[in-house]
Amino acid sequence: MSIYLNKDSKVIVQGITGGEGSKHTARMLAAGTQVVGGVNARKAGTTVTHTDASGAEVELPVFGSVAEAIEKTGADVSVAFVPPAFTKDAVVEAIDAEIGLLVIITEGVPVQDSAEFWAYAQGKKTRIIGPNCPGIITPGEALAGITPANIAGKGPIGLVSKSGTLTYQMMFELRDFGFSTAIGIGGDPIIGTTHIDALEAFEADPDTTAIVMIGEIGGDAEEKAAAYIKEHVTKPVVGYVAGFTAPEGKTMGHAGAIVSDGAGTAQGKKEALEAAGVKVGKTPSETAELMREILKGL
Amino acid sequence: MEYQAKELFAKHGVATTLGVVVQTAEEAKAAAEQIGGVTVIKAQVKAGGRGKAGGVKLAKTADEAFEHASNILGMEIKGLTVNRVLVTPATPPVEEYYFSFLLDRSNRSYLCIASVEGGVEIEEVAKTNPEAVRQIPIDAGTGVDEAKARAIVEEAKFPAELADQAVAMVQALWKVFVEEDATLVEVNPLARLEGDKLEALDGKVSLDENASEVRHPEHEDFVIHEEADPLEAKAKAKGLNYVKLDGEVGIIGNGAGLVMSTLDVVAYAGEKHGNVKPANFLDIGGGASAEVMANGLDVILNDPQVKSVFVNVFGGITSCDAVANGIKGALELLGSEASKPLVVRLDGNNVDEGRAILDELNHPLVTQVDTMDGAADKAAELANG
Repeated sequence: MSIYLNKDSKVIVQGITGGEGSKHTARMLAAGTQVVGGVNARKAGTTVTHTDASGAEVELPVFGSVAEAIEKTGADVSVAFVPPAFTKDAVVEAIDAEIGLLVIITEGVPVQDSAEFWAYAQGKKTRIIGPNCPGIITPGEALAGITPANIAGKGPIGLVSKSGTLTYQMMFELRDFGFSTAIGIGGDPIIGTTHIDALEAFEADPDTTAIVMIGEIGGDAEEKAAAYIKEHVTKPVVGYVAGFTAPEGKTMGHAGAIVSDGAGTAQGKKEALEAAGVKVGKTPSETAELMREILKGL
Repeated sequence: MEYQAKELFAKHGVATTLGVVVQTAEEAKAAAEQIGGVTVIKAQVKAGGRGKAGGVKLAKTADEAFEHASNILGMEIKGLTVNRVLVTPATPPVEEYYFSFLLDRSNRSYLCIASVEGGVEIEEVAKTNPEAVRQIPIDAGTGVDEAKARAIVEEAKFPAELADQAVAMVQALWKVFVEEDATLVEVNPLARLEGDKLEALDGKVSLDENASEVRHPEHEDFVIHEEADPLEAKAKAKGLNYVKLDGEVGIIGNGAGLVMSTLDVVAYAGEKHGNVKPANFLDIGGGASAEVMANGLDVILNDPQVKSVFVNVFGGITSCDAVANGIKGALELLGSEASKPLVVRLDGNNVDEGRAILDELNHPLVTQVDTMDGAADKAAELANG
C-alpha cells in the first residue's frame, strides 16, 4: 500500500516533448513507473521513445488532449511540465478530462491562476499536487514527479514536505528505514494537496507506520496541520520547520516562503506542532534521529 | 509605494489624486506652487506608520513645503531612507474608511476587508471593535461583478448616499487586483471628502512576482534600482536567487527549503562560535554549473561582512560531481578573488565522485565535511576567527 500512487498507476506527461518533460519521463520510466503516453496538442499523433526500467525501448504516443490520452490509455495520473504562462489551461484541461491525480511540477505559476484553478477543481474528480513541487514517489513502485528514485527504498515512513531538496535530504537521512510514499506538496502560496490531506491519507494507509512532516515559513498550513494531528492522527509524527533565521518581509526562494506582519514564523509553527505532541527537530539530522528512535521503539 | 499604487488606481479608474513625486526640496516647492493652496508632503517608502514617524506634513505655503520636504528627504523610516516625497493637495476627509482585496492563502482564495470605522486606525479598530471590520470571502472563480460589489458595500455598511460611488470604486479596485495580478490592493484611508466625494487618499498595492514575470513586463518600471541592496541587485542581474542578511557565514545551497534549513543550522552552530550568523540566502537551484557557482561565490565574496562560505548541496537531480566541478571551475575563474575559506558538504547522487574531485583539487581554501551539521559547525568556527 501507499498513498495516491502505486505500481498500477498509469501516468501521462503533459508537456512530454519539452526538455524537462522529456528528461523526467525517462527518469520516471527508469524508476518503474507505468508511463503510458503524453500530451502536446501541436505534436499529436507522433511518438517519443524512451527506455523502461528493464532496459527495453518503449514508444510512447503523444496525444492532442488529456481526454484523448485517458480514453486511449486508461491513464489515471498526469504530471504537468508546462511553462507557467500555460499552466492554468493545462490544469483546467486535466480537470475537465477527470484525471484522478494531477501533479504540477511547474515553478512560477501566477498565484491568481492557482486560485482560479483551485476554485475550478472544487467538486470535481481531480486531486492536485503542487504547483512548484517535486511530486510524489512510492519507492519501488512508481514516481510521478522529479524526486530522485534512488535515494531510499520502500519502508514504513510517510513523508510530506513543502520543499523538494529537504524531501531528498530527509529520505537520504532515513534511507535505512525507507518510505511508503514521499510527497512534496510545493512551496507556493496556493497549492492543491495540503499537509492535512497527506496526513489523513498516511493515517489511513496500513503500510505507513510513522510520519515525517516538513514545513517552512509562510502561511498557516503547519498550524492547521498541528490542529489536525491533535484531533485525528494516531500514528507518531515528527516535524521539521525551515526558516527560523528568515527576515520579515523577504521571500526566501519559494514564492510562499515569507513572514509577513509577524505571521507565518518558523517559531510559531514549531510551537503549534509541539503543542499537538509532535516532536520537532532543530536540524534535518536531528529530525531523522527523532524518527529513528520512534521506529526502533515500535 | 503610495505614488505607484495611485498610478495603478488611476489607470483602472479608481478616484484618487496623483499629486507630484519629487526628489528635492526645490522640486517640492515648485510642485506646491503649481498645486496651490494647502498641500501635504508625504514620505515615499515601502513602510507603514509614515505619519507617526514624522514623514507626513501639512504645508500652508510653498516655502513650508520646501522646509518639510528638506526635513523628510533623507529621513529614515523603519530602516528605509526617504528618497522621494509626494506633494498632493490637502483634502481633509470628513470620514475615513478602510478597504482592501487580498490573497487569502489559508482559504486558497481572495478576501475583501472593509470597514467604515477607522481608516488609518484600522488595526486598533480590529482589536477594540472587530465587528466593524468586515471580512468578506471572494470566490476566485467568479470574482467581483456589480452585484458582488453591491453586496460588499452593503455588508460593510457604507453610507447609503455614497453607495453608488462605493460600488463603482469597489469594481475599479477589483480591476486593479485582477488585471495587475496583485496579492494586495489596499486603500487606507478611503476618504469621504467635502461634497460627499469618495477618494483613495492613500494606498498600497503588492504585485505577484510570478505574474509580473509571465505577463506584466511593465511592472519592471516599478522597481527602484537605487533602493535595492547593491549585492542583491548584483545577484539579480546574474539571475541568482539571493537575499542579503546580516551575518558572517556566506551560504550557497540548492533548493529553497534546504537553503533556509542551512541558514538555521548555521545560526544554531554559530551559538557556539561567537554568535556568528548566516550572511545570506542563495539558492543556486537544480543545476550547479561552474558559471552559476562562480557567480554565486563572486556575490558572496564581495560581501565585506563574510568571513567564511558554506556550500551545502544535496545531489538530487544534480549530481555531486557536477557540483564539485562547478566549485573547481569557480575557483579557477575567480583566481585570487577567492580569498575566504570554503566549507563544502556534498551528499546524495554521485557523492563519492564529487568528493574525490575536491580531494584531488586539494585547494588550500576548501574544507570538506561529510554532514550538514558538522559542516555548519566548521563554517561557523572559521567565521569566528
